[in-house]
Amino acid sequence: MSWFKRIKEGITTSTKEKKETPEGLWYKCPSCKNIQPSKEHADNYYVCQKCSYHERIGSHEYFEILFDNNEFTEFNSKLISGDPLHFTDTKKYTDRLTDTIRKTQLNDAIRTAYGKVGGHDIVICCMDFEFIGGSMGSVVGEKISRAIDVCLEKKFPLMIISKSGGARMMEAAFSLMQMAKTSAKLTLLAEAKLPYISLLTDPTTGGVTASYAMLGDLNIAEPGSLIAFAGPRVVKETIGKDLPKGFQTAEFVLEHGFLDLIIHRNELKAKLSQLLEFFEN
Amino acid sequence: MSHLDFEKPLDELKDQLEKAKQIAEKGKVDVSGLIMEIEKKIEDTRKNIFSNLTAWQKVQLSRHPDRPYSLDYIKAITNNTFIEMFGDRNVKDDKAMIGGFGMVDGQTIMFIGQQKGNNTKMRQYRNFGMPNPEGYRKALRLMKLAEKFNKPVITFIDTPGAFPGLEAEERGQGEAIARNLYEMSILKVPVICFIIGEGASGGALGIGIGDKVMMLENTWYSVISPESCSSILWRNWDNKEKAAEALKLTATDMQDLKLVDGIVKEPLGGAHSNPDKMFQTVKSEIKKLLPKLLEMDPKIRVEKRIEKFCSMGVYTEG
Repeated sequence: MSWFKRIKEGITTSTKEKKETPEGLWYKCPSCKNIQPSKEHADNYYVCQKCSYHERIGSHEYFEILFDNNEFTEFNSKLISGDPLHFTDTKKYTDRLTDTIRKTQLNDAIRTAYGKVGGHDIVICCMDFEFIGGSMGSVVGEKISRAIDVCLEKKFPLMIISKSGGARMMEAAFSLMQMAKTSAKLTLLAEAKLPYISLLTDPTTGGVTASYAMLGDLNIAEPGSLIAFAGPRVVKETIGKDLPKGFQTAEFVLEHGFLDLIIHRNELKAKLSQLLEFFEN
Repeated sequence: MSHLDFEKPLDELKDQLEKAKQIAEKGKVDVSGLIMEIEKKIEDTRKNIFSNLTAWQKVQLSRHPDRPYSLDYIKAITNNTFIEMFGDRNVKDDKAMIGGFGMVDGQTIMFIGQQKGNNTKMRQYRNFGMPNPEGYRKALRLMKLAEKFNKPVITFIDTPGAFPGLEAEERGQGEAIARNLYEMSILKVPVICFIIGEGASGGALGIGIGDKVMMLENTWYSVISPESCSSILWRNWDNKEKAAEALKLTATDMQDLKLVDGIVKEPLGGAHSNPDKMFQTVKSEIKKLLPKLLEMDPKIRVEKRIEKFCSMGVYTEG
């Protein structure tokens, strides 16, 4: 015996009255499994309201969070990587690039723009992890180099938001030399006494850590970010032991003396604008 | 004794030569013609093998256990005037990174290099040529010392990579390398870098920002070793040969791509087949390069160094 008895057969809701559930209406935190409306999660800077887990976000979101009224001028957006080595692994590098560009609507793993943060002029370079793991190749190096040129010309401070697995293997030694290129170029910024703020976000590893990410006048990180030279898997293999809890987190790196401070994303804009004021004053 | 597969044909011929010489010593039969013939054959075989090396074979040669290491070069080049200096004045002394002053024809030079060991015990002592952060900081300390007293810096690069250990991470391996890249870019004295063996990634670059970066003929320099590249991109270690080709990591490739400034020729059979000749070649290379760099105005020299690295990269404006 069923509890309810169906009186009318078939679906009786007319198509006009049908209500679609929009995609991604809910966000489930991968850390604490708490479920919250996506809109609220986005309004909270993509940080979990319960456990403060900082979701990985891209340049689109960071620019929106940081630039006043989301107003900024992007430059060199059309730079696209060449394929100097005609590199092919399981897939041609050129095909990989074309596919990734189509899928992500990005031209490479970094975007550069200038605008105002709390009324202060600044150039921000922001990496996108979804573009081949935020890997650094020729375009990332060149865009940072040109962003520094803009800083020098306009006398603006620089901020680089790092989020990267390291150097891009498909450009081999060219990628390696981007470490040299960006570090060398940063010396010009220092000579002009323009501040450089490095924001390390989850994850920042390999060649990016071993070049511009660690060279800030201020090195700042988001809570809980993985910050490493060699990734945890490699270190674990090397020492043949389990890694201590919290190894290579932003908090760990701060305790060992390589970060100036950790800033919660909710306070990022306010703190950044205050820091810029310190330098300007 | 040869260690590499492609060197094996030479072993057989060398055996034959040995036997022929024994017969000659006994003096009964005249084998001088035969000996000459075998010697010529050895020469030809060697030429044949070494003029057609694949990228992977060059990688193997760069790791040849008989290959001379940094200290061998430095001692020979400085005619034993080298005095080693230790420590980063911070944590400890890193045995995988060595440095100190030496003299080449009346000119004081700061030599710095990664150091590997010749036997199992020494290899461990030298941590297989993989420096920790204190190694890079020691290198930087010595470079600053050289800068203070206006002495040029020469580095010898030979590392399978910066050490990926727990303490290395705690002490900021990334920061240490980054700092060196930054400081070497603006070092006021001339800097010449020689890749004498393996040039693996950031660990190599950490002492590799020079006015002139030279690669020995049978060495490699890239963002990753062919084995690791294979394991990441193909998910196994079997494609290391393919990876070695794809990475374009040989001296010729790197020169063609304008990522290094030149190639230093090795004796036929590789640096280990005639170390003394190799040392002489490197020494004459230094004597050729250094005077021109010393003549330059320090400011222009630094500008040019920065410009050189800033021009590296291939992209389209889209």
